Amino acid sequence: MGISCELGFLNMAAPLSVEVEFGGGAELLFDGIKKHQVTLPGQEEPWVIRDLLVWIKKNLLKERPELFIQGDSVRPGILVLINDADWELLGELDYQLQDQDSILFISTLHGG
Amino acid sequence: MCQVGEDYGDAAPEGPPPPRPGRELKCVKCKEGPPVVVIRAGDAFCRGCFRAFYVHKFRAVLGKNRLIFPGEKVLLAWSGGPSSSSMVWQVLEGLSRDSAKRLRFVPGVVYVDEGAACGQSWEDRAKTLTDVRQILQTLGFPWHIVTLEEVFALPPSVLRCSAQDPVGTVETYKVAVDSFLQQQRTLAAEGVRGSPSSAQGEEQPSQPCTQDPQDPVGPPPAAQTEALSQLFDSVKTLTAKEELLQTLRTHLILHVARTHGYSKVMTGDSCTRLAIKLMTSLALGRGAFLAWDTGFSDERHGDVVVVRPMREHTLKEVAFYNRLFAVPSVFTPAIDTKASEKASIHRLMEGFLLRLQAQFPSTVSTVYRTSEKLVKAPRDGCAAGPRCLLCMCSLDVDSADSATAFGAQTQDFSQTPAPTPRAEAGAPAGPCCAAGPGGAPNCWQGTRPCGREGSRAHVIEQLCYACRVNMKDVPCLEPLPPYILAEAQLRSQRYGPAPQIQEYLVNSDDEAPASGSGALGPPEQEGKEARAACGCINKNFFN
Repeated sequence: MGISCELGFLNMAAPLSVEVEFGGGAELLFDGIKKHQVTLPGQEEPWVIRDLLVWIKKNLLKERPELFIQGDSVRPGILVLINDADWELLGELDYQLQDQDSILFISTLHGG
Repeated sequence: MCQVGEDYGDAAPEGPPPPRPGRELKCVKCKEGPPVVVIRAGDAFCRGCFRAFYVHKFRAVLGKNRLIFPGEKVLLAWSGGPSSSSMVWQVLEGLSRDSAKRLRFVPGVVYVDEGAACGQSWEDRAKTLTDVRQILQTLGFPWHIVTLEEVFALPPSVLRCSAQDPVGTVETYKVAVDSFLQQQRTLAAEGVRGSPSSAQGEEQPSQPCTQDPQDPVGPPPAAQTEALSQLFDSVKTLTAKEELLQTLRTHLILHVARTHGYSKVMTGDSCTRLAIKLMTSLALGRGAFLAWDTGFSDERHGDVVVVRPMREHTLKEVAFYNRLFAVPSVFTPAIDTKASEKASIHRLMEGFLLRLQAQFPSTVSTVYRTSEKLVKAPRDGCAAGPRCLLCMCSLDVDSADSATAFGAQTQDFSQTPAPTPRAEAGAPAGPCCAAGPGGAPNCWQGTRPCGREGSRAHVIEQLCYACRVNMKDVPCLEPLPPYILAEAQLRSQRYGPAPQIQEYLVNSDDEAPASGSGALGPPEQEGKEARAACGCINKNFFN
């Protein structure tokens, strides 16, 4: 317990810098901007994709959240690549973000 | 409290979590490389194996079906989207391989600019076209850029099914390939400059590659753009708009193929897209034509065969491949961009299938496998029967059977404008078709009298069930491109009661076939009567 709490303090201190990219039409929901360099504020628990989605919805998504997010995950039809690898291999929503990670959301839906 | 959330990951709030591929650290195929993508229900592939798998699938689909003969001209329908871009890229790579495995056909690319149907301004469209041209120029194939407005200049002959070339048998395919290879060897032996196939395949693009004479550099005529916007604005539902767009686009590409001598058209429909299309077609009433709509080859046009080489690739594979191997594509907003999920049947079905796929990863492949089993058998006695005016499939309506609800409906439909005075096909009637106590569809074009109820019946009676249902959402057929209306007119005049017996008929005006003999589209082939009633009349008068 004590060690975990120490690690928790470490995580709390460091904000993360990640690159979030949108493709396949998903960028239309983000003012047409494909690449976003974001700095996630430090928080108690380490950042996971689930948290990132909430953050994106609050801070980046300009319109029509239901076209991007469904429940606490992305809408079916939107692929997520973490550092050019399938997120299914990395734990999907529970993947813990590292500094300088690159998260790519590609929409395979018709018309974005 | 301060633990990493990984341990709690499996409790998904909605339904059972999809089976995870696990934390396999190695590719399932080569067992060496780090996996980058999960295909199907849990196979993790590394980059190299994924590429080999992807390319192999493309070649296998082409090779298995043996429809594309060596040296044949094939038109690639490129929409700028990921699937068709991937297809074009595969063809490009396939043509540049070493001679044993090289693809042997002669490709060209067509891009249809549909911006007007989506309400885009010319500036935006021009920007997209610049990107498109840039990509096309790197390909090295002859390319054609057409705007959707050109449907207003299409000839009615595009709706006619040309004489069918018999599909090559296995023997003829083998013979063709052998003779082609023999030719190559002879040319190589004679020491033709460079590689012989490249001389054949690449000398052609060198002149149209720079500037295709058909490539518009300025905006299309404003009248046409206006007419197109009017047409799409008049359609009431998004479903009907999407279907109409699909139809017009098909006709346009067909025309380009015929004009430039292409005998095959390749479209980039992926596995996912075809599974969605199959379910959507069922919902739209196109169940009879599923085999043509979703199969590998579609021979309904006769001389030009539509082929779908990407049909075994899922959209996920396509998206990953494009990303990992930098395949260029151009995103263009479509007619249903940012539409809500319930905006059209297409969107609804897409949402349904993709959501199901997330829970059950074999959904799409199961639907796809079903589509593979569909057989293109003609209905009894309708092998060379009449064809739908728009989708060119054999007509599946049997409106003489008034005992069925459908038969009664179609008879009602063609008789609905009865209260208004019957107009001759040529002259527009006075009142707009908004009158009609029988519930005639409201014509929204208030200024121009649209009293062509007779001509509407002419067009409707030549459509298959699905197209008729679609046309219900098009209140007035006037804005349709002239080639459709002209062909409808031509068919009903040519195959209506013959002029010399017209005076003998009780109801001698053109609307007679609509209510009398049970409206059916005219047969394409000369000398075949589709309706027993017409045949009976002919027998009585000519025998």
